[in-house]
Amino acid sequence: MPGTGARVTIVGMPEAAAVPLVEPRPPRKLYRSSDGRWLGGVARGLAGHLGLPVVWVRLVFAGLFMADGLGALLYAAFWFFVPLGVGGVGGQKPPALVGTETAPDGRRRLVARKPDKGQIVALLLMVVVAMVFVGNVNLGSGAKAYLLPAVLVGAGVALVWRQADNARRARWVEVGRRRRTLTLLRAGAGVLLVTAGVSGIFVLQGSAAHLGSVLQAALAVLVGITLLAGPYLVRMTQDLSEERLMRIRAQERAEVAAHVHDSVLHTLTLIQRNAENAGEVRRLARAQERDLRTWLYKPEGTGKEEADEPTTVADAVRRNAAEVEDKHGVPIEVVVVGDCPLDERVGAQMQAAREAMVNAAKYGGEGGAVQVYAEVEGRTVFVSVRDRGPGFDLDSIPADRMGVRESIIGRMERHGGTARLRAVPDGGTEVELEMERAEKTS
Amino acid sequence: MSDPTDTNGTGGAAEAAEPAKSSGGGTGGRHVRVVLVDDHRMFRTGVQAEIGQTEQTGVEVVGEAADVDQAVTVITATRPEVVLLDVHLPGGGGVEVLRRCAPLMADAEQPVRFLALSVSDAAEDVIGVIRGGARGYVTKTITGTDLVNSIFRVQEGDAVFSPRLAGFVLDAFASTDAPPVDEDLDRLTQREREVLRLIARGYAYKEIAKQLFISVKTVESHVSAVLRKLQLSNRHELTRWATARRLV
Repeated sequence: MPGTGARVTIVGMPEAAAVPLVEPRPPRKLYRSSDGRWLGGVARGLAGHLGLPVVWVRLVFAGLFMADGLGALLYAAFWFFVPLGVGGVGGQKPPALVGTETAPDGRRRLVARKPDKGQIVALLLMVVVAMVFVGNVNLGSGAKAYLLPAVLVGAGVALVWRQADNARRARWVEVGRRRRTLTLLRAGAGVLLVTAGVSGIFVLQGSAAHLGSVLQAALAVLVGITLLAGPYLVRMTQDLSEERLMRIRAQERAEVAAHVHDSVLHTLTLIQRNAENAGEVRRLARAQERDLRTWLYKPEGTGKEEADEPTTVADAVRRNAAEVEDKHGVPIEVVVVGDCPLDERVGAQMQAAREAMVNAAKYGGEGGAVQVYAEVEGRTVFVSVRDRGPGFDLDSIPADRMGVRESIIGRMERHGGTARLRAVPDGGTEVELEMERAEKTS
Repeated sequence: MSDPTDTNGTGGAAEAAEPAKSSGGGTGGRHVRVVLVDDHRMFRTGVQAEIGQTEQTGVEVVGEAADVDQAVTVITATRPEVVLLDVHLPGGGGVEVLRRCAPLMADAEQPVRFLALSVSDAAEDVIGVIRGGARGYVTKTITGTDLVNSIFRVQEGDAVFSPRLAGFVLDAFASTDAPPVDEDLDRLTQREREVLRLIARGYAYKEIAKQLFISVKTVESHVSAVLRKLQLSNRHELTRWATARRLV
């Protein structure tokens, strides 16, 4: 049922929700179609609702129009009372498209749409039908004269109403702002048409002589209404925009709440449960802190869907540090200066750095936080990992312990870099890794 | 030594910590009046509890404030020597406090000095308050002892750089390695760069001094020079850097 599908997407549910496994059957509701409509979308909406081809419905309306203009009245009533929906009938345009497409895409699609041709055709058709109607139906000669003004008024009203539809529709699909001038223009044209029609009627009433005073009176009434209703209207629009702002804010808060709920509360519970285990508490707290930080301070707010593999040096260093920190429960402070994409050699360096972090956390962790510093300067990538542990002498390590020799020094040298281990003056060990980036930058 | 920020603290802390200790012994140790500006009452209370025991630490908290207006009022009224300033504050943030307290900072006889104390990881926050005239920046994970040390360092007119801040500064100056020949003042010297790099690597001032075979005083003067350049370089690197990252 296109109608129901359209409704779901309006609410902004994800696609999965729009296509439920077991089709629920909510009460069928009539909507006017905003897609592929000619005038108000009434015929299209009705067709969708009744499961009939659009053409039939249109023909019926046209036919009814012949019957003393009943069709027009009916159409106007539908237009007025039935709310606009996205989609409607029409297999060539699946209604879900509007809801699921991203904003820029949706916008492009909307712009690419050619509704204006259809509208013009519709209006021309209506004029023709009206002419036929006028020719056929035998009205009193007096009444006949009122026809042109009446048509003018009708066209003006139609123009403005459609405008209102568009405004509502724009809110759903976020049509760009550049259409605003067009909007104003159309509204102005509509008002002009209506005014012309109304004054035409006045003139025809034989009171052409009184036209001036009539216009004056009308103006006075208009001014009075504006004075009375103006402040109210202004207040209403203000309230409306305020409400919208509040809604946006609430949405933001909901997002934060969701995050806090998911991770922070969870962590807090774990901490309460592990209150005696200081190391575990610290580990949990740090992991949570890091998580929140990335979420709060990441520039583009891309904390949610991280790519599987880090692609830059800064990313890799931070990710490695976080993992080692989580695993060994030793805080690792990371400072990164500059950034560059990873290549094969730098990738090897990152692995060596990770190994160094693991070593520092294992053997030097009790002295305090492990400090990791990475710098990209020109072609050189430098990483330093220092701990404040007891320090160790490379020569004193048994030859069978290959951790440092192979995975740090060996790895760096195989890839054309250098690794230095040294004791820091006031205790602790520092591993310095230096690597030239590969010639071709990926 | 469980915190990154302590590492600079400890450098100059050698001198700073000693009088603090001796004051606990009852001799007339150093004494510093501090105003605490932070919008989280819990945090203020915590810091109070940790540093506000005047007999032991020599730090006296003479006032607290929770937003910009309050801060300016309290600082003007109490004229503390050091203000611990949160970066994020209702009413315009720490930068606004600094702006409005500029005359107090410039006071020749008894200048009010600011130490930024932030939980923020964002470079623009940190660099912002430093450019606004703060004498240093430490993170809120700092331990009480190290915070006290930092307060004394700032009171003496030194700059307090955390590894992270050093990283931010290096980043700021490194990304514009290419041209600007126009103003030598805005450039970091090779030595200053080296010092900053070591700070970023978690070295204490004393360790840096040993590493570079210079005195601790020289390290401190290098750091102060960096801070000054940072505050002066508003026209060149930093603006360009900030614009490049769409921070301004």
